Amino acid sequence: MSDTALAPTPAPIRPWKVTPRMVAPQLGLAFGGAVAAMAVVLATGLAGFDGWLVVFVPISIIGTLLLSRSKGAVASVDAIVGNGIVTVAGISFYPIVSLLWTVISQGLDALLNWNFVSSDMRISGPDDELNMGGALHALVGTLMMVSIAAVITLPLGVLTAVYVTEVRGKLRTLVRFIIQSMSGVPSIVAGLFIYSTVVMGMNKFSGLAGGLALAILMLPTVARTAEEVLKLVPDDLRSASYALGAPQWRTTLFVVLPTVRSGIVTSGILGVARIAGETAPLLLTASYFTATTFSPTEGPVASLPMFTFGLLQSGTEYSFARAWACSLLLLLAVFVLFTIARALSGRDKR
Amino acid sequence: MTDVKGHEVTKMVETQEAVAVSSRQKAGLEARGIHAWFDKHHALEDVNLFFPENTVTGLIGPSGCGKSTFLRILNRMHEFIPKAAMAGEVLLHDGDIYDPSVNPAEIRLKIGMVFQKPNPFPAMTIAENVVAGVKLAKLKVASRDEVIEECLTRAGLWKEVKDRLGAKGGSLSGGQQQRLCIARALAVNPEVLLMDEPCSALDPGSTLRIEETIGELSKTMTIIIVTHNMQQAARVSDYCAFFLADGGPGHLVESGLTSQMFTTPTDKRTEDYVQGRFG
Repeated sequence: MSDTALAPTPAPIRPWKVTPRMVAPQLGLAFGGAVAAMAVVLATGLAGFDGWLVVFVPISIIGTLLLSRSKGAVASVDAIVGNGIVTVAGISFYPIVSLLWTVISQGLDALLNWNFVSSDMRISGPDDELNMGGALHALVGTLMMVSIAAVITLPLGVLTAVYVTEVRGKLRTLVRFIIQSMSGVPSIVAGLFIYSTVVMGMNKFSGLAGGLALAILMLPTVARTAEEVLKLVPDDLRSASYALGAPQWRTTLFVVLPTVRSGIVTSGILGVARIAGETAPLLLTASYFTATTFSPTEGPVASLPMFTFGLLQSGTEYSFARAWACSLLLLLAVFVLFTIARALSGRDKR
Repeated sequence: MTDVKGHEVTKMVETQEAVAVSSRQKAGLEARGIHAWFDKHHALEDVNLFFPENTVTGLIGPSGCGKSTFLRILNRMHEFIPKAAMAGEVLLHDGDIYDPSVNPAEIRLKIGMVFQKPNPFPAMTIAENVVAGVKLAKLKVASRDEVIEECLTRAGLWKEVKDRLGAKGGSLSGGQQQRLCIARALAVNPEVLLMDEPCSALDPGSTLRIEETIGELSKTMTIIIVTHNMQQAARVSDYCAFFLADGGPGHLVESGLTSQMFTTPTDKRTEDYVQGRFG
C-alpha cells in the first residue's frame, strides 16, 4: 500500500470526455452514408439536395440501429435521436452556408479589385469595367448612418431598459408596450416618418435623416434585449450594494450594468444587425449619391443597401457583379464591427 | 516528494488499513488514489478512503481543502466543471464508476446528493418535488402517493407538510426546503447519499431534525457528509476523514473512527483542528 502512496502523481485524465475512437463508427457512418446517397443521386432519377436527403436519412437510421444494437433499447433510442438532431442541425446549416457561399463566390470577383473599396462612382457608371469605380461612398455612408443610429439608440435603449427593470417607474408597463409596438413598425413607415419631419423640415435628403430613421428601427431591439439581460441580474447583487449604503443610481451604474456588460454589448450588436442591411427607410431619407460624403447634413448620402438596390436595377453584367460585391462588403463590415465589439466587451466575469 | 510529506502519507495509509481491517465491513463506496485538477491547478492529491456500508462518514477540514471536490468526484458531478480533470478510481460494488462503459446518469441515480443550499424545483409542488427524480429517471413506482409519504416521513417532513402537498416547494422555510430536497433524493432509492454541508444555511432546530434524519437513514444507506461544524461531525458520523491543503493540493491527513479522531488522533494537525485551534 505504501508503494502506491509514494508513487509519483498520475497524469490527469478526463474519463467523461468523448474520444475520437468512440465517435469514429458514427462519423464513418455519416461519411459513408453521404457518399452512398450521393452515388444514388448521381446514378438515378433522384436529384438535388432533397433527393440526397431522402436516401441519406434511411441509411443513417438503419446504420445507427445496427451500430447500437448490442447496447440495448435505451442506447438505440438515444443514438437515433442523437443522430436525428445532428442531421436536422446539418440541414438548418445548409441555407446559411449556401447563402454565404453564393455571396462570397459571386462577390469576390469585383471585391478583389482594390479600387472597389478605395474609390466611388463619381466618375464611373454601373456598366463600367470592374477596375473602375467602387463602393467607398456607400461604405462610408453606411458606417456614418449606422454610427448615428447607434450613438442615439444605445444610451436611449439601455436607459429605457434601466427605467423598466431598475427604476421600475409607474409608466413602465406603458413604456414596455410602446417599445413592443415599435418593433412591429414596418421599416418604410419609419422612413416615411423621418421624411415628413426631418427631410421636409430641412428641405433635403441627408445622412442625419437616414441615421434617425435607422435609430427608430434599432431602438426596440436594443431596449428589449437590454431589458431581458438586466432581468438576469440576481437581486442578491442589488441587495448587497444597497446594504453598503449605495444609492440606486450608483448601484445600477457600478454593480448591475458591469455585471451584464457583454449582454449589453450583445443588445447593441443585435440592434446594428437589425439595421445594417435596411434599404426601405433610407429610400426616403438618405436617398443616394454617387460621391463620397462625410457630412451628415449636406445632402443625400449613399449606403451599401441602396447602392446594391440601384445596381440591381441597372441589370448589366458588371452592375450585377458590383451588387454581389456590395453585399459581401456589407457582410464583412458587419462582421468586423461585431468582432471589435466582442473583443472590447470581453467576457462577463461571473 | 519530501521526506516529511512521504512520512505523512505513509501514516495516513496505515490509518486507512486500520479502518478497513477493524471494521471488516462491506464497502458502500471506495475511493482509490483520487486526484483532482482544475485546469493546471492540482486541487486534490491521492485520496484513499473506504466507506463501510450503512455508515456515516464525515469529511472535515478547513475551506478550500478539497472536501467538496472530493464529494463531487464520488458521483461524477466533478466533470460538469469546465477544464476539470481527475485520476484514480471510485468503486461501487467493485466496479469503477469512471469506467467508459458506465452511464454517469445511472451512477448519479445510485449515488444521490444533497447540496449546501436548498434547491427545490420552484415550479413544482411539494409532492411533485419529491417524485421529481422518479419522473426524470422514468422509474416505475407502484404508488406515487406511497412514495411521497414514505420519503417525506423518512426525511422527517411528513407531519409538517401532509396537509399542503399541493403548495409550491419554495413556500417552505429553509430547513423544510432542505428536508424536502433530502426526500427528493431518497425517492429514487440511492445506495449512497452525499451531503455537501447540508445544514450550513439552517437554524439549530432544522439542523437537529436533519441530523436525526441522517441517523435514521444510515441504517439502510451509506452516507458521506461534508461539514464545517465539528460538533455536527462528532454527533452524526461513525467515521471521519480530515482533509488539509497546507498551501499545496488538498490531501487526506487522517481518517478513522470518529471517536478516535476526536479523542486520540494520531496527527497533531488533526488534534488542533478538531479542538478548534485553527480552521
